[in-house]
Amino acid sequence: MADIRNNFVGIKSPNPFWLASAPPTDKAYNVERAFKAGWGGVVWKTLGEEGPPVVNVNGPRYGAIWGADRRLLGLNNIELITDRDLQTNLREMKQVKKNWPDRALIASIMVPCVEDSWKAILPLVEETEADGIELNFGCPHGMSERGMGAAVGQVPEYIEMVVRWCKQYTRMPVITKLTPNITDIRKPARAARSGGTDAVSLINTINSITSVNLDSFSPEPSIDGKGSHGGYCGPAVKPIALNMVAEIARDPETHGLPISGIGGITTWRDAAEFLALGAGNVQVCTAAMTYGFKIVQEMIAGLENWMDEKGHRSLDDIIGRATPNVSDWQYLNLNYVAKAHIDQDACIKCGRCHIACEDTSHQAITSMVDGVRHFEVMEDECVGCNLCVNVCPVDGCITMVPLAAGTLDQRTGKTVEPVYANWTTHPNNPMAKVAAE
Amino acid sequence: MTTGHFKEGIAAGRLSPEVYADNFGDLHPPLDHHEALVESDRCYFCYDAPCMQACPTSIDIPMFIRQISTGNALGSAKTIFDQNILGGMCARVCPTETLCEEACVRETAEGKPVQIGRLQRYATDVAMAEGKQFYTRAKSTGKKVAIVGAGPAGLAAAHRLARHGHDVTVLEAKPKSGGLNEYGIAAYKSVDNFAQAEVDYVTAIGGITIENGKALGRDYQLSELTSTYDAVFLGMGLSGVNALRAEGEEANGVANAVDFIAELRQASDLGNLPVGRRVVVIGGGMTAVDAAVQSKLLGAEEVTICYRRGKEDMNASEFEQDLAAANGVTIRHWLQPKKVIADGGKAIAIELEYTTMKEGKLVGTGETLRLAADQIFKAIGQSFVPAALNGSGQAIALENGRIKVDGEGRTSLAKVWAGGDCVVDSREDLTVSAVAAGRDAAESIHRTLMG
Repeated sequence: MADIRNNFVGIKSPNPFWLASAPPTDKAYNVERAFKAGWGGVVWKTLGEEGPPVVNVNGPRYGAIWGADRRLLGLNNIELITDRDLQTNLREMKQVKKNWPDRALIASIMVPCVEDSWKAILPLVEETEADGIELNFGCPHGMSERGMGAAVGQVPEYIEMVVRWCKQYTRMPVITKLTPNITDIRKPARAARSGGTDAVSLINTINSITSVNLDSFSPEPSIDGKGSHGGYCGPAVKPIALNMVAEIARDPETHGLPISGIGGITTWRDAAEFLALGAGNVQVCTAAMTYGFKIVQEMIAGLENWMDEKGHRSLDDIIGRATPNVSDWQYLNLNYVAKAHIDQDACIKCGRCHIACEDTSHQAITSMVDGVRHFEVMEDECVGCNLCVNVCPVDGCITMVPLAAGTLDQRTGKTVEPVYANWTTHPNNPMAKVAAE
Repeated sequence: MTTGHFKEGIAAGRLSPEVYADNFGDLHPPLDHHEALVESDRCYFCYDAPCMQACPTSIDIPMFIRQISTGNALGSAKTIFDQNILGGMCARVCPTETLCEEACVRETAEGKPVQIGRLQRYATDVAMAEGKQFYTRAKSTGKKVAIVGAGPAGLAAAHRLARHGHDVTVLEAKPKSGGLNEYGIAAYKSVDNFAQAEVDYVTAIGGITIENGKALGRDYQLSELTSTYDAVFLGMGLSGVNALRAEGEEANGVANAVDFIAELRQASDLGNLPVGRRVVVIGGGMTAVDAAVQSKLLGAEEVTICYRRGKEDMNASEFEQDLAAANGVTIRHWLQPKKVIADGGKAIAIELEYTTMKEGKLVGTGETLRLAADQIFKAIGQSFVPAALNGSGQAIALENGRIKVDGEGRTSLAKVWAGGDCVVDSREDLTVSAVAAGRDAAESIHRTLMG
């Protein structure tokens, strides 16, 4: 049986599934329910400075986009950090940690970018016996306009400075949460490392407008006819998050820096992919907000089952396994040739592969053969682009089959070479590196 | 003597009014807005979609479903009406299980096709409820076209001709328009007087005059039409009913299934409509199923369909056969009628002979079976009665007993087109096929008149 116990920068939890700092972790009631359902840890919804708490809008806070059957694919929110009194949160955190000593409890914090503010709050949090802190440098709305959240996360120097303060004033492990609303995610990650962070977590939400109401012409969610950009999350952001996790994992300057992966994780598969790209654990929010806390049971069972099937004994066996396979385009093997293949028994003859290829790609799939509706790849036209695989509604019906070395690529008329060759040495590349004479 | 539900012989009022209302409610209730959205999401928007190819009127099904899914039900209705102005009725009566839904790739994939018929009804209902008219008449051409029969073929032709700016007169023998939509379809397939609502919707375009109670051969002759009008479209139905060719079939209690179906559709109070305690329906098509199921719903205790060949030969679709079974109708195969047994002139039983295939021919085995029956419906096919056509003038050419037409619906007579059940057609005798024939003949007439 696979062991999925997690040790993330010394913080132990029975599984790698944490709830991200967000509405599901705003108070003891929710967190107690989450722990009962099986979540390994929670990052408590972001605490602010002592004093009158922030206020939220009193209308809709969430907007969404949906796929078929109104399946929620992307969610955005304009909610702020906790709008509850600091002392109430601290008291509840302490009690919950006492009730659930084996679960991870992390305090997310966002206070003004002033040393005294951080110095003041850290001992209060420490007193709750929380396992660690997460610095919210990601919140893209509301708080950033007050010089906090993403306003800090977008300036690497500020990140480094605040991390340094935190490392100075607390013994607790520091996780720095990064905003994706930046051109190069490696810069804030490097800054966090320079400041001495124990880990980074990413991604926070992405600036977004989910839709426009075509009656009122207001962006959604609409507050009295107006809207502002919110933070986008859910399955739709997963590819962006995976890339950013990989960028940090393979950057020589941040290599080895523990990463808590966040962004659209909905199933055990999503979680396993984040782990494989280098995340030490994962944080989930939208999936829980869509389906409730019970989904963690599928995640746990699914991850264990897959690890058992594959013979992975612990999380260390899978964490970062895919990182070395993330490369730059110029190093991809140009001698790798694949052709689409349609399994005629599985084909339901919807024709989407044909029309996608015919209208928008390489005219490499038939629609009619001998007067009969028939979809087949013409290998002499197929460039192996994979579009047909992606538009086919039947899983596994179309596959990409690599040509073995020595076989003829009917499209190019060339024999597939057995050796690796990439763009850096390709004759068409004006900057090709030519071996010295 | 038993009373109520189990009254002997042919009797009315077997059930309570509530049960009649329940029994003859909508067979497929309409999809509500949410259901329509969920179902429309299932469509894959196939390329050159098989459903569309299977539709005799070639409705762009993926497009109209996509329009429903994006909240454009009116646009969806227009997509449907562009090809089939009787799309509302076709949504209700088409044997979708053997047409579009059989071809649906999700039938191949999961055995659960997209419910195209119900989605089509959803969209057309939205448009018709709003009284939304999508078409306006072209400038008047001054040409006059006569249409014989206000059934699906005639109405489809009338609408298309009116759109093109021709003046159309429809001559209909029956007191109501709609043809089989009004008189020939099981009541639970077209509730709330839909056939008349659809006639009103189709004729609302203007330029169409319907004259009811005008029968060809009785009230006017074809030659009069050809001399008065610029073109004539014949869209009559099949008025002849094939005989049982069984001894004693003139007994009381033996009736045509089509007459029973028509009477039932026109009944204002189903409680007054008599039905036998034990009913036998002879035949294997949709008419047989319609008559049998409705007999059962009217309160008949035992209803048996007897068909002279096997299950696979039945014209009634699998769905229709299941519908019959679900309503308690027994379907028996390999039985042909021999003799109606009467007592005092009233049928009390039917004697049937078992059949078998011998050297490619259907033959009786000699073994017989007797089924108690106080009502026997003949549903072994209808035939075209051409007598009315040739009262005067040149005779119109027939083929296999129906009017012979070319690919555009032209008959052997100049200025005369025909379509629907009255013509020889490779397509089945379906509402939707008649609509296609009427529409296409109208285009041919238009080309000819304007050419």
